[in-house]
Amino acid sequence: MTIANDALTPERAAPAPRRRTRRVPIWAWLLVAFVLVSFARVITGSDELDSAGTLREAIVATVPIMLAALAGLWSERAGVVNIGLEGMMILGTIGAGYFGYFYGPWQGVIAAMIFGAIGGALHALATVVFNVDHIVSGVAINIMAVGVAAFLADTWFSGLQGGGPTQSPPIDPPAQVELAGVADWAKTVEDKHWFVVSDLASVLGALTRDLSSLTVLALIMVVATYYLLWRTSFGLRLRSCGESPQAAETLGVDVYRFKIVAVLVSGAIAGLAGGFIVLVGAGLYQNGITGGRGYIGLAAMIFGNWRTGGLLIGSALFGYTDALQLRAGGGAVHALLIVVAIVLLVYGIYLLRRGSRRPGVITVVAAVLFAAWFFLTDEVPADFTRMTPYVATLFVLAFAAQRLRMPAADGLGYRKGEAG
Amino acid sequence: MLKRVLVGAAAPVLALVLALVITMVILLLAGNSVSAFLTTLFSAPAPRNLVNIINNASVLYLSALAAAIGFRMNLFNIGVEGQYRVAVFAAAAFCGQNVLPGVLNVIAAFVIAIAAGAGWAAIAGVLKVTRGVSEVISTIMLNAIAVSLTAYFLRKWGLTVGNSLQTRSVPHDSWVPGLDLIPGAPNQILGLSVLALIAGIGYAVVLNRTRFGFELRATGASATAAVASGIDVRRMVVYAMLLSGGVAALVGLPLLFGDTHSYSTTFQAGLGFSGIAVALLGRNHPLGIAAGALLFAYLTEQSSLLEIDAGISNDIVSITQGVLVLSVVVAYAVVGRYRRAAEQRSVAEQLAPADARTEAVA
Repeated sequence: MTIANDALTPERAAPAPRRRTRRVPIWAWLLVAFVLVSFARVITGSDELDSAGTLREAIVATVPIMLAALAGLWSERAGVVNIGLEGMMILGTIGAGYFGYFYGPWQGVIAAMIFGAIGGALHALATVVFNVDHIVSGVAINIMAVGVAAFLADTWFSGLQGGGPTQSPPIDPPAQVELAGVADWAKTVEDKHWFVVSDLASVLGALTRDLSSLTVLALIMVVATYYLLWRTSFGLRLRSCGESPQAAETLGVDVYRFKIVAVLVSGAIAGLAGGFIVLVGAGLYQNGITGGRGYIGLAAMIFGNWRTGGLLIGSALFGYTDALQLRAGGGAVHALLIVVAIVLLVYGIYLLRRGSRRPGVITVVAAVLFAAWFFLTDEVPADFTRMTPYVATLFVLAFAAQRLRMPAADGLGYRKGEAG
Repeated sequence: MLKRVLVGAAAPVLALVLALVITMVILLLAGNSVSAFLTTLFSAPAPRNLVNIINNASVLYLSALAAAIGFRMNLFNIGVEGQYRVAVFAAAAFCGQNVLPGVLNVIAAFVIAIAAGAGWAAIAGVLKVTRGVSEVISTIMLNAIAVSLTAYFLRKWGLTVGNSLQTRSVPHDSWVPGLDLIPGAPNQILGLSVLALIAGIGYAVVLNRTRFGFELRATGASATAAVASGIDVRRMVVYAMLLSGGVAALVGLPLLFGDTHSYSTTFQAGLGFSGIAVALLGRNHPLGIAAGALLFAYLTEQSSLLEIDAGISNDIVSITQGVLVLSVVVAYAVVGRYRRAAEQRSVAEQLAPADARTEAVA
């Protein structure tokens, strides 16, 4: 189908320059992206591009994706592919809905994690104990979770004031963190619309007003995950189960135990991702409220090369475009096209100078196409923004596959005693 | 032979019992009446419901066949959902233009749908063989892209009818008439349900009686052995994806030509995922899948009575279906392991005396 190719081509390689490499640290990429967005704001005049309000929504949109990606990371680093993320998130939403409404927001948070972990336990039982194919088990969990959540919602919320068979009444959010003085000061600086300075102020503003304590918790979990998986012997053992379970076994690692723990943690984090959508994002439970974010999380994790820093960038990118579309419409997203064009142009020139002829030329041509798209249209249709995460992931997979490295034994079956 | 059939059937029957037990436990916990649930679920369906069951089962069957083609060669086409959406959209958009008369319009729509579905699936196949991208990930991405892409085209060219956007309706002379097979039913069986029968026979013949089918199964059983015996596995991956996508393209057509007559934002979704479940349930066997599709359709249809007759949310049946799929794959894994262990034991027993003899001679 030519339509497919046309739709795919314009988005190509947008994420490529932001790919994590060993030499350039994440914060440098973030800084470059930041300056470019600021530049786009100044030349196009769409101030909503990075206003504190937009960034606040971007954070709310990013956190569930980030948590889902983190959940995927835990499971896949231990060698269990987790397509069931979406289902575990759905279980988390209904747990958060019920306990959040009847008992309070923090009870909702805990229930979301427990409900998610139940999904994780099923996945662990099927894949680790019974050695069922990981994809099959994940698909089954997704199907089942939809039914469980819909049934429980009907049972629990029917007839409640403001609720119904498919949705809960409004639920109180967990406490918010606020530094009113700093936020007000940041707002005045932001309103000056200075290059870079005002953009920094809006970031500060977004972080100091209406910031959910659950967001802070989620960020702590990312850092904690990095520390646990890459800086402790527990993490080394867990990752060894994903790289070579047989070798781990010969060194005395109880592979089953590590895999089960990893999938349970994965389920709990996925459940929390669902809980975040209910408690912070929407403020109520609704059937189908996850809207495929489990899959976007999976995409963000792959995009981020199965690493914490990478998945952070991936989910921020996907969450930001999503929030921008919702808040400021296709016009603001349109301003990003010029950013993509510039990034591609620089990357293309870099490739050409390095001597990679063909990829360099392709990248430069893509940059020209993006620039043309920017100058010839006024806005990007919402449907295109919505497919950005998926298209970007496909392109990263297709063109940067050599630089991506998933855990070597990811998705493979393992029986104890195979090492011989 | 009889023993093999019994062992084969044992796993799904056990899984069904387990799924029902778990469902009943959930009903008890939620404070619903288990006996009302059982009597409603197992009451004989009225002719009208019987027709619905057959209609639903036939589209599920097509969807499951599409998934099964991939599964037979260890290729996880999770993308049936996206493939049938793209295909039925393309067919509906073409038919609505009314460029060809009557049956020709239908035939052309078939060609277009199959090309669209197969083409959409081929993206995943080509990415797999040229760039090593896992088809699981790429088909999931393509599912989401398909939803957005069709939504975009609908928004751009579709007509607004009430609350939903839709393509131009298929002209009357291109509708496929329904069949009156069930006496006393006020509704008809979708004319294109016969596609399920044709596709099922085609699947059985191609897989078991042709070289292509043999190569496909051989690749699924062991890719390395297939390469060693001269099968071009990369080509097989692309062909299998094309075939799977082509069959997936048929999923929406009975509904398009017999029921909705246009593609709209409310066109039945989720058939692709249910199809995967049915394929797993039926062990990728043409008759097994048929049984699975009928069972799924039966449960779904009977569940519509639950709300009215027993006051139980009909979503309970999706739990039964989900548990059924999960327990069936676990049951197959356990039975398979048990069978392998038994085979190893019997071989060992037969070899043991022989070993003893050779040692005695030495």
